[in-house]
Amino acid sequence: MSVTRREFMVGVAGLSFSVLLDGCETARPRGGASLAEAPTPGARSINAWASLATDGTVYIANPAVEMGQGSQTALPRIIAEEMDADWDRVVIVPAAPSDQVYGNPGFRGLMYTAGSATITGYWDVARVYGAQVRRVLMQNAARAWNVPLAELSTEPGMVLHAKSGRRMSYGEVAAIAELPAVAPQIEPGELKKPSEYRLIGKDVMRVELPAKVNGTAQYSIDVQLPGMLYGAVLRSPAEGGAPLAIEDAAARAIPGVLRIERLPFGVGVVAETPWAAFGAKNALKVQWDRSARAYGHDSDKAVGIYGAAARDLARPGKVWDSAGDASAAMQKAAKVYESEYVCDYTYHAQMEPLNSVASVSPDGGRCEIWCGTQSQTMAVGAVAQTLGIAPDQVKLHLTLLGGGFGRRGHRDEEFVVDSVLLSRAVKRPVKMLWTREDDVRNGRFRPLSVHYLRAGLDSAGRIVAWQHRVACDEITAFQDPVRYKGGGERDFLAMAGSELRTYDIPNRLSEQLPQRTGIRTSSLRGIGFGPNKFATEAFLDEIAVQHGLDPVELRLQLLRNTPRGQAIVREVVAMSGYRRGGGLGFSFIDYSGTMVAAVAEASADRRSGQIKVRQLWLALDPGIAVHPDNVVAQTESSIIYGLGLALTERITFKDGVVQQSNIRDYGVPRMGDVPELHIKLVSTPNRPTGAGQMATPVVAPVIASAVNAASGARLRHTPFLPERVLAALA
Amino acid sequence: MAIAFTVNGRAVSSAAPENTPLLWVLREELKLTGTKFGCGAGQCGACMVHIAGERTFSCLTPVGLVAGKSVTTIEGLSPGRLNALQRAWLAESVPQCGYCQSGQLMSAAALLAENPHPTREQIKDHMSTNVCRCGTYPRIVRAIERAAKEG
Repeated sequence: MSVTRREFMVGVAGLSFSVLLDGCETARPRGGASLAEAPTPGARSINAWASLATDGTVYIANPAVEMGQGSQTALPRIIAEEMDADWDRVVIVPAAPSDQVYGNPGFRGLMYTAGSATITGYWDVARVYGAQVRRVLMQNAARAWNVPLAELSTEPGMVLHAKSGRRMSYGEVAAIAELPAVAPQIEPGELKKPSEYRLIGKDVMRVELPAKVNGTAQYSIDVQLPGMLYGAVLRSPAEGGAPLAIEDAAARAIPGVLRIERLPFGVGVVAETPWAAFGAKNALKVQWDRSARAYGHDSDKAVGIYGAAARDLARPGKVWDSAGDASAAMQKAAKVYESEYVCDYTYHAQMEPLNSVASVSPDGGRCEIWCGTQSQTMAVGAVAQTLGIAPDQVKLHLTLLGGGFGRRGHRDEEFVVDSVLLSRAVKRPVKMLWTREDDVRNGRFRPLSVHYLRAGLDSAGRIVAWQHRVACDEITAFQDPVRYKGGGERDFLAMAGSELRTYDIPNRLSEQLPQRTGIRTSSLRGIGFGPNKFATEAFLDEIAVQHGLDPVELRLQLLRNTPRGQAIVREVVAMSGYRRGGGLGFSFIDYSGTMVAAVAEASADRRSGQIKVRQLWLALDPGIAVHPDNVVAQTESSIIYGLGLALTERITFKDGVVQQSNIRDYGVPRMGDVPELHIKLVSTPNRPTGAGQMATPVVAPVIASAVNAASGARLRHTPFLPERVLAALA
Repeated sequence: MAIAFTVNGRAVSSAAPENTPLLWVLREELKLTGTKFGCGAGQCGACMVHIAGERTFSCLTPVGLVAGKSVTTIEGLSPGRLNALQRAWLAESVPQCGYCQSGQLMSAAALLAENPHPTREQIKDHMSTNVCRCGTYPRIVRAIERAAKEG
């Protein structure tokens, strides 16, 4: 198998399968040479997911982007599984940017790689697409051999007639195939059973890995075009600010600088080399308009402001989730606990600073872009809107992403638009590069959040009332106004994970106190689960200790209706030897159906305040693991990402301006910071529920629990900086 | 005044101003894009190359300083075939997004060149120059140990 950079599915001779998306799928023959034109909007678009050449090559469309999470391999394997394709003959091709054809049914129909939603979202349709192709191949073989369909079976890449011993390769079938006007209906019961899987659940090398060990993997920053120039952009320190006065004499004096361009939100530079472009950008002196809302925002002071809002029960919150009557039950409770938690702003720090390449035609009527986006269709849409042209006049060349973590899926795709504006200005292809300092300064962050929680226990020690008030900067309204408005103005990126549906607590209320600060915000690995699960799990740990309950027993009781949750808790206890009072920390989360339980061994140095996490045990049940070793790899990755968020990473603001500038002063984990990891993947025959970020949110609460178990200190503010640890120890 | 040096055994020259970081000359002038830009400040190691056999942050190295010297990039680490480290990298499925991995491999290669059988602590110490935001560190450790063993 291999990957081709061609867009699906131009110039492939052979048989193609076209599938209608509404469930009554249609397969339609195409004359050998082309298919997958952009569908006509509203016309129940037809497109192909799999195509077969007469030489036996199987082309499978991949609608997801690849940023290290591995779905470029795992999703096509699901289609190949039901096709019974020979994986060695599979060529994976990027799907054309079309939400109607390739949108993720599990992600609001968007072509959007995020939320660990690729495998879970496409799971049903991908298997049906694959099964339809297999069925049509078998029907053709049955016709050719004049035998009943029921007598045929398949092996990878081969149709078999066991009675007569005849065999026909998929390529041979393709050469004689007639395609039905209507694709065969596949009933759920006709899909393979897990015991019949040849590819799903088996490890394989990810398709793009060989290119990632010899320097040939192509990211957008690597694109080279004839006549290409280099761009840099100085953006307003605060969102919505414009340049008032630009002093650019020093910038223009730098050899190789060709253009200084005033932009609505900043100043662009185009030069013959990146170094000249950076030099010119740094030499600009710009007076910014101060009307932007974020000016004046101070993150230290904001903790107090947000906290006051969260604690003030008279101030109505925006309800995210509720069950029963939390406030009535709280009043009747035998004992009420309350606590408060804070999570600082955090930054994605994807390894590839944002960049993109654009080539706008001289008349501005067409554009090609090369970029690493988490949403192909959002990128095309943003570019089309910028240029005032139709989306079909934008040609996207999707590259690998040097990390995503939620940063590259904003509706405005501003880092792509930057390159388009500069290319339009100079009528040449432009590679627009943000430096790391730009990437931090222009960052869009996981918001600052203050969490006020109350829990009411009855006389038997059972939690009967739960209230969680989250004061934080809004995310979804900024990141994606379209989805925000279309989704009932619910800030799911901030609030997800504050609902506790798995826990058996009859009266619950979680609500948001949105803070309209004007700070640039973003989804970030774990989205709302990160802060919200820290708050809820750390609070449960406090309740357990204060009320004299075993933290594990408390979770097992809360999970009384969730056997998979109980099983994963017992698994991690068995792995780690956790016992109450044994100096280890414990935590559990249900992340969109993926069950995660963790135990940690950690200590806090009483003189330096440094936390050392020595060991971390984690068990997870994501349902069916399509690519098990990759689930483990994603879990290692999620844990280490969570480690940085828990211990060191934070962004601060003074007067609306980001105070950090690069990798070191932001503080990401390095090799020596990683504890010994013990990961147990428990794959159960349930629908896959995602694996790309599920462990991240469990890390902060399990470390907080472990530090408490080891030292008695309560850590309630991430990251757990030494001064905060020392204060908690005092 | 062109600056002449050797990259992966090939004589090259650059017309860039001599304070231009070697990184940008490699990437945009010589089109050797395997060496990556991550921080521009010697804080992440994505740009790691070997200069006269020593691992070096190419983002901090003015091209003027490599005049007459020999530079090795990921493209020249083991041309035409994978070396033991690269094979181990695949065997352990190390890369995720992959962006930092050229730098990781160049750092690891420098380590094994001077210390063919490093301890785990030596590996962690040496590799602390290189950030992987995907957190592939445990697999990098395993891959270096595998390469040291399998040679």
